[in-house]
Amino acid sequence: MKTLVFLLEKEFRQLLRNRQLLRTLLLAPLIQLILLPLAADYSVKNINIAVTDNDHSPSSQRLIAKITASGYFRLTGYTASYPAALKMVEQDKADLALQIPAHFERDLVRENTKQLYIAINAIEGTKANLGGAYLRSIIGDFNDDLRVQWNMMTETGQGNAISASAGQDDPPQVSVASSNWYNPFLNFHLYMVPAILVTLVTAIAAMQSAFNIVQEKESGTIEQINVSPIKKHIFIIGKMIPFLALGILLFTMGLLVGRLLYGIVPVGSLLVLYVSLVVYLFAMLGLGLLLATYSNTQMQAMSLSFFFINIFNMMSGVFTSIDSMPGWAQAIVFTFPPSHFIKIMRTVVLKGSGFSDIMPELWAMAAIGVFLNTWAVLNYRKTA
Amino acid sequence: MNWPETRNVKETNMRQLFTFIRKEFLQVLRDRKTLLMLFGLPIAQIVLFGFALSNEIKDSRIALVDYSKDAITTRLIGKIEASHYFDIRRSLAGAEQLNAAFKRGDIRMAVIFPQNFGDDLIHTGKATLQVIADASDPNQATTITNYLESIVTDYNAELAKDAQQSLQIQPEVQMLYNPELRGAPNFVPGVMALVLMLVCTMMTSVAIVREKELGTMEILLVSPFKPIYIIIAKLAPNLLISIVNLFIILVLSDVFLDLPVKGSVFLLVGCSILFILTCLSIGLLLSINAKTQQAAMMGSLMGMMLPTMLLTGFLFPIENMPVALQVLANLVPSRWYFIIIKQVMMKGLGFASVWKETLILAGMCTLLFTISLRNFKIRLQ
Repeated sequence: MKTLVFLLEKEFRQLLRNRQLLRTLLLAPLIQLILLPLAADYSVKNINIAVTDNDHSPSSQRLIAKITASGYFRLTGYTASYPAALKMVEQDKADLALQIPAHFERDLVRENTKQLYIAINAIEGTKANLGGAYLRSIIGDFNDDLRVQWNMMTETGQGNAISASAGQDDPPQVSVASSNWYNPFLNFHLYMVPAILVTLVTAIAAMQSAFNIVQEKESGTIEQINVSPIKKHIFIIGKMIPFLALGILLFTMGLLVGRLLYGIVPVGSLLVLYVSLVVYLFAMLGLGLLLATYSNTQMQAMSLSFFFINIFNMMSGVFTSIDSMPGWAQAIVFTFPPSHFIKIMRTVVLKGSGFSDIMPELWAMAAIGVFLNTWAVLNYRKTA
Repeated sequence: MNWPETRNVKETNMRQLFTFIRKEFLQVLRDRKTLLMLFGLPIAQIVLFGFALSNEIKDSRIALVDYSKDAITTRLIGKIEASHYFDIRRSLAGAEQLNAAFKRGDIRMAVIFPQNFGDDLIHTGKATLQVIADASDPNQATTITNYLESIVTDYNAELAKDAQQSLQIQPEVQMLYNPELRGAPNFVPGVMALVLMLVCTMMTSVAIVREKELGTMEILLVSPFKPIYIIIAKLAPNLLISIVNLFIILVLSDVFLDLPVKGSVFLLVGCSILFILTCLSIGLLLSINAKTQQAAMMGSLMGMMLPTMLLTGFLFPIENMPVALQVLANLVPSRWYFIIIKQVMMKGLGFASVWKETLILAGMCTLLFTISLRNFKIRLQ
């Protein structure tokens, strides 16, 4: 026990002495947490649309006005021909192109049906999905308005004889009343800030512990520890505790920033969050340790931890939904501690989930943590 | 006196440079573990991300609560079940259990049919079904609510067929460039930019600091070796590794992800090399200013990774960001490179459509390299 205290004293001194590193460790994540949620805004607005109106009828004008008034679309081009609109899509000046064909209004009245042509740049999936859905629902609304107007016109203008055929008795209709729980204003920050905080803690915890040990290897000081009677697990615990403390400090600062800057107050209890954080850090420090036992130079430790962190960031559901991944990928993601912690963060912060709700994730992280740490301790040889 | 003649000075310098480059290559090649990582890791990432990531939202878990249980709700439920957007996880007995199910994250959305749903529809011509979405993820909530609404609209159209619906506008939608809405066409260019940027920056950021840390920098500085040669020699192996990486990525995306280079390969490679050089210059700048390897790595990772990820534009649209961030995004080289890859590789456009981006990258590269050259200290503190 006494050995551990001395080791900890050494570790903390080394950590606190290196001001440049400490600054990077604490300030860089904070600045990122302040700036990045502003960038991570995927509320779909400002979809650029290029319109080709070959009809020039009152109806087509009204449709265009309705689209621009919706707030989702920005009319960036009003072209004379459809190919010109498609060209704008090609040059990324528009995300989608809409063509209102010639005689749109006339044919609609005469033949009771008429096509509109929409082309969407589908390289960016979300924008294509949502943009298409919004445009279709606006056209649907427009269609309803048109019908009502037409019925009124025919009724007042030409008497009841025609209106009967134009649909006086409306067909039965199912309508949808939708409500959004937990985030009624669809505030994207509420969703992103907790996850970004996790990615920042991840980078610090997993990497720094790996670097720290490899640094001792590179500078040769690990030999001195190896020849001393310090036990393996004491040495490892001594390495872990400072970074555990650092992670908790960083997490706390992050929660404060979220609260002060983005007004995010966790609905759930802080106890649940911190218990999960400790379990999570345990797992991630285990990973850092494991990476350290496999690398001889800081360069190697860096490439390895970079690899894992990048994969964690991209695949743990921060940016894209895990549900839409193929089954094999979901199975891989299940073994990533961040995917569980991000889920916990989001449900606890937004929905106020308690221990009973997040038990599966907590157990999964604990199991991964035990596995990684055991592997690391077994793989760590005191002989060089 | 046996000084070398002036005309030979240049030749000697070149020989020195080549010797030094050779030394750097040997050092890189000797470290097999690092080398394996430098090649293996980007490849694994491209393949993994290319296959796994997708912005498409499908198989969302939803719960159904049917208080009515009549022919019409059964018909509607059948339609919902038939769509691949939804994965009906459970039929809850009552709405009281919803909150618990949401909190556990079991479901993303709940669809509730109130009592007498079918009767209402038949007798009053109107019925309302209730949809509750878990909006903690706003986009997913919006998208799946839209999906459900479109299923209901289809159903309404079926109902209306008997009643002879008038004035039907039919939007015909065409998905350009990526008709199946795969994730890869968006993510591969993004990941290419990300991986090249990070690998180049990091490898280089360590290069000069390592010599400082090991003390070998002193030896280099007291030698009659020009500082610029040290820099060139340090960059050469990294440049080569990155170019090899680039080719591997291009071949992989063609073979495995079915994403061939649609435009000119020559143009793409040329722009890529320009981008790689820009990233190497950033690494160089970091390396010159950092005191320890650890600080250099942290700078390149913490400072570069998330900003690159977010400000490149492949995850979040840049035009949605506050103006200050849009300006900041303009300073991120990968942002311009991402546009170039999308235009040349995915859409098959020529130089005319990317000259502006290329020019910006060239400008950044020159500027960064000049600054690092200026900052390179030939004396130790």
